[in-house]
Amino acid sequence: MTVKYNADKRIPHPAKWAVLYRSSTPFWDGVKEKKLMLQRCKQCGTWLNPPRPMCPKCHSTESEWVASSGKGKIYSWVTYNEAPDPAFKTPYAVVLIELEEGPRLVSNLADITPEDIRIGMPVEVTFEDVAEDLTLPKFKKAG
Amino acid sequence: MVKLIEGIPVMRPYVDLDNQGYWDAIKNHKLVLQHCNNCNKFIHPPRPMCPGCRSQDTLEWKESSGRGIIYSFIMFTSPKMAYPAYELPYAVVLVEMEEGSRICANTHEIEPDEIYIGMPVEVMFEDLPDGQSVFRFKKREA
Amino acid sequence: MLQEYVDRKYRRDNKPPVEANLIKNRTAIVGIGQTSYTKNSGRDELDLACEAIRNAVDDAGLKISDIDGFDTFILDRLALPMLVNALGIPDVAFSGEVSGGGGAGCAVAMHAAAAVVTGQANYVCVYRSLNEASGHRYGRGDDFIEYMPVALTPNYAYTWPLGFVTPLGWAGVWGKRWMYEFGITREQIGWWPVVLREYAQNNPDAMFYGRPMTHQDYMESPMIVDPLKLHDCCVNTDGAAAYIVTTVERARDLRQKPAIILAASQSCPIEQEIQTVYQRPIISGLVETWYVGQELYRVGECGPDDIDVAQLYDPYSIGGIIQLEELGFCERGEGGKFIEGGDNIRIDGKIPCNTAGGLLSEAYLHGYNLVIEGVRQIRGTSYNQVKDVELSLVTAGPGVQSSGIILRG
Repeated sequence: MTVKYNADKRIPHPAKWAVLYRSSTPFWDGVKEKKLMLQRCKQCGTWLNPPRPMCPKCHSTESEWVASSGKGKIYSWVTYNEAPDPAFKTPYAVVLIELEEGPRLVSNLADITPEDIRIGMPVEVTFEDVAEDLTLPKFKKAG
Repeated sequence: MVKLIEGIPVMRPYVDLDNQGYWDAIKNHKLVLQHCNNCNKFIHPPRPMCPGCRSQDTLEWKESSGRGIIYSFIMFTSPKMAYPAYELPYAVVLVEMEEGSRICANTHEIEPDEIYIGMPVEVMFEDLPDGQSVFRFKKREA
Repeated sequence: MLQEYVDRKYRRDNKPPVEANLIKNRTAIVGIGQTSYTKNSGRDELDLACEAIRNAVDDAGLKISDIDGFDTFILDRLALPMLVNALGIPDVAFSGEVSGGGGAGCAVAMHAAAAVVTGQANYVCVYRSLNEASGHRYGRGDDFIEYMPVALTPNYAYTWPLGFVTPLGWAGVWGKRWMYEFGITREQIGWWPVVLREYAQNNPDAMFYGRPMTHQDYMESPMIVDPLKLHDCCVNTDGAAAYIVTTVERARDLRQKPAIILAASQSCPIEQEIQTVYQRPIISGLVETWYVGQELYRVGECGPDDIDVAQLYDPYSIGGIIQLEELGFCERGEGGKFIEGGDNIRIDGKIPCNTAGGLLSEAYLHGYNLVIEGVRQIRGTSYNQVKDVELSLVTAGPGVQSSGIILRG
């Protein structure tokens, strides 16, 4: 159930928030290169998701970015039948993916129809250039 | 003396039910002030309740004489701290109207070095290219 | 209305009795923290906030997980949950966001104190984090374009479309009137920024450390919004500051000498616009600051003569000088004469002011750096330490709904 966009409307761009919270910059830089990057505390290994400047467990500010396998399972989902933003054509689904590594990520689906969506369904990441200046990670059936 | 710079919007007022009469009048090239008939006092800016008698149904719009004197003023001289739609320098004057209310506005055909506190001025109106009308103050004989 | 201000007679009969004020002498600032103050932090505001808060917690001798309350004021771009997520605090029991922008600079301490003394929380962290130099700048005109083309609220519509933007412009109108009514000269006004710059030369954390300024430099600086010159304006800053408020009882077990809150107050008098006060009988003064001061003196049972050192919120020089009048350090209209030569606000003067350099020369951290300097003066650890400080006064943004605190040892 690929999200279809209205070509004349602007898709909300993450740069708007990335400027505010620079901790997330490596995530979006990774997406541009079609990599799914995750932030991890260098000191105690805790996943920092969503990205943040300080480890909530050990309060270290040293972190590292590692590439995710991109594999995970659908943890939950929601289908929009009325678009909250004019850029999106309905219906479309928003899924919560639990990655192999542990962190959960909100995303869209690339090739799965609403009837097929199941909690626990194995999926893997794919990248879609949705606008000239915007690539988004999305998920498709694994394998 | 306010000169517009093309391509930058002049902010439009936020009109709500409490101030609509004021802005509608300006469109018709009239300056009105909110007046409480109970207290016989002018109130500015417009509001839904008279701060004097707390009445909500004795407020009405009265046309101002349009005359006043400059009570204070500032001159915007640096692009760092000014609104970019206007050529620098431009003045903002605080005018004490004959009715007692003080109103902020730009000036019309007054040179920066002419402005002084106490200067007699009167209202004039101008239609901007974007369709909105604004009022400004120009010199008048005392 | 406001006749009591015109007559300078503060009504006391409609105020709560002083004994009912639970904040007084029962609450204290026990930890202070800041980041370095720069022109371009290269970090985000969340990151800066984490550092300042950790420094404040360390300073107090606490752990981050001890914090169970937060307070800030509007125009902050940090979302509390993100802060809590980064700091790793299981649950925050109290949080607040005070209206009034910089005018809430001391109100946040007051609200935090109210929370701890009424048992809502143990340790409330008050924080501010800004990238105002490199990022969004509250005081700049072109930032307003973001909000175009319609004025944000009905009352902005009477001013903003005129190009009457930026706090500097709003302040200029009452500043001009003050100069006109009392014959205040630009030469006199210049002593405020000059003395503050002197203080900053002893404060390595100050943004103008190592960059002295003479009175002549001031006079030769360009006009930004007539009647205000470049050096009348605060210094836009990237940085963060935080402090911890708790009860005096808990403060006894902590690392630092507590700065006990003797009095705290807020004021929002009638006919308040955003730093534009055209309808009041007098606009050549700062009504809010007068109210704040009167209430501080009433609750603190003290007066201007008892204050040993003051940190006055000065986003522009005139804001600092008129506060001297409104707080009773000199007569109304005498601010110009009082400031002449600068001695009255120097370290051994009548009332040493903004001893870390203030908002003009240390940093414009929306007044949090003033509170921190106020605490240092009580601890005896200021770079410009005033002798034998018993009472340390701090105020918040003038011309908006304002606030203030008096700290004691």
